[in-house]
Amino acid sequence: MLLDTASQIALTTRKLTLAYDGNVIIRGLDLAIAKGQVTALVGPNGCGKSTLLRGMAQLLKPKTGTVYLEGDAIAKLPAKTLAKRLGILPQSPSAPEGLTVRELVAQGRYPHQNWLQQWSQEDERQVDQAIATTDLYEFANRPLDTLSGGQRQRAWIAMALAQDTETLLLDEPTTYLDLAHQLEVLDLLHELNVNQGKTIVMVLHDLNQACRYANEIISLRSGQVHAQGKPEEVMTEQLVREVFGLDSRIIPDPVVGTPLCVPISQVRSRKS
Amino acid sequence: MESRPLNQRPKPLPNRPSKRPPNSLSSSVFLSLGLVVSIAALFGCLFLSLSLGAADIDGGTVWRSLFQFDESSVDQLIIRTVRLPRAMFAIIAGAALAVSGAITQGLTRNPLAAPDILGVNVGASFAMVLAITLNGQGSIGFAFAGAAVTACTVYWLGSMGRSGLTPVKLIIAGAALTSLLSSLTTGFLILNQRTLEDIRLWLAGSLAGQDLDTMLPVLPYIAMGLAGSLLLGRQLTLLNLGEDVAQGLGLQTGWVKVAAAVIVVLLAGGVVSLAGPIGFLGLVIPHVVRFGVGVDYRWILPYSMVAGGIFLSIADTIARYALRPFELPVGIMTAIIGAPFFIGLVRSRLKSRNKR
Repeated sequence: MLLDTASQIALTTRKLTLAYDGNVIIRGLDLAIAKGQVTALVGPNGCGKSTLLRGMAQLLKPKTGTVYLEGDAIAKLPAKTLAKRLGILPQSPSAPEGLTVRELVAQGRYPHQNWLQQWSQEDERQVDQAIATTDLYEFANRPLDTLSGGQRQRAWIAMALAQDTETLLLDEPTTYLDLAHQLEVLDLLHELNVNQGKTIVMVLHDLNQACRYANEIISLRSGQVHAQGKPEEVMTEQLVREVFGLDSRIIPDPVVGTPLCVPISQVRSRKS
Repeated sequence: MESRPLNQRPKPLPNRPSKRPPNSLSSSVFLSLGLVVSIAALFGCLFLSLSLGAADIDGGTVWRSLFQFDESSVDQLIIRTVRLPRAMFAIIAGAALAVSGAITQGLTRNPLAAPDILGVNVGASFAMVLAITLNGQGSIGFAFAGAAVTACTVYWLGSMGRSGLTPVKLIIAGAALTSLLSSLTTGFLILNQRTLEDIRLWLAGSLAGQDLDTMLPVLPYIAMGLAGSLLLGRQLTLLNLGEDVAQGLGLQTGWVKVAAAVIVVLLAGGVVSLAGPIGFLGLVIPHVVRFGVGVDYRWILPYSMVAGGIFLSIADTIARYALRPFELPVGIMTAIIGAPFFIGLVRSRLKSRNKR
């Protein structure tokens, strides 16, 4: 029973403390993230969502505590070994001018290469597949800076796909995108989860998108987990008040039935 | 190929071999050919710079001096002992400066960076002047130390404050340090008239008077730097996607940065110790190269090497030829060509930024 539960867990943190220059953001955090699921991290600005994501990808070394990836302490894994198992897409990454989509996606193969084996058939196949999955075939040779925001974000996701990891962490993958492009990116991530069984952990600002796309929601408040569970269970008016300090109504999303948060404004109320 | 889920959005078929974009292989064949052509052009420039000078020597004599050397011929002797070492050094120094510029730009993700812009060259030459003033003579160790200390200081100044290392802060720190060290250098030279006479030409950046004996102690360092740079191409390309992305792909960015910085110090310090601070080359050449080969440092570095060699070889030939029998310091030639390019570059970047 215990073994079975363990195999369902992708990432675990034990007493994890993360800090920037002595400024502690996350203190003594214990957390388990389910494998093969989409998990959304939500919370107000500065609550430590991005910091936690960076900590779980070893981009930020913990002050104390450990992050485990399916039982292995990530700090002990060689950098490339970790990069074969866990990919991370930081918030609004930027590429040098003139870099083409295909060149960017090819960079994702770095952890699978070494001095002797610079470029293999498998690399070529993975890059082709990542480009196909993200529908970027016709843009493959276009420089990134000539694409729309949504296409550009898909290209970065394609790079992470070429990395061929089971677990993918994304920091606000929808930032700076218009609504249509936000859904385009979230649909793509949903497909990756359903079709390829990838574990997806992402920081999202939009609670309604989090409820619609995630199997599990983790809400953070000042570096601590405030609630964790299925959207239907945790997304309550009480949570929104406690985490964001905002009164709201939660109603069923008329399109998919997941919780929909309608905030109550202090100033604007129903027109009489 | 995985089957695609049903989806409301219309999507093209995932695999369309007819529209398959050209793969990386064909472009790398193309780029390899281009490199071979460039190397041929480099040899052409070498030949030209051997032939042209205070007295022109015909091509046949140049050829014979290289391959059927006859000690009794004065012309051949001039080529062998005077022009060949200098021409070779022009190529090596040009290659080293261009590569150090390309690496600095890759390392800082800043297209305006280069060792001379960041004050590294001035730092090396200040250390040399200091050593000559206090000690009577400079040595390459001082140049390396000066370059390294300046590089660290600029990096430290540029990363101060909350926003961390930004391109603008880096350039400002470099400019501040450059003017500080230049004034200090001038100060030392005014205090010591004899030193001024000895190194005035050197300080303008000059390839004059290079012979094998002065070059030999420095060449191994430059060779090490050039060879090492070729191993860093892939890593620098990754680093250009940003530190987080590079680390997420398993790149140990700390080691790459240290290795790259050591190479920059070896190359810039090595060249400065012999030829003085030759400017603009490190800034200009990598940009010209990028127009042709794109953003992959596996190609930018070797192309910069060859293009830097060609550029400095031509600049030195003009410097010797234009006012003969007098010659201009080559540092002035590179600045005459480089400065307008630098201004144009900044202007075009500002324009494209305003458009966004």
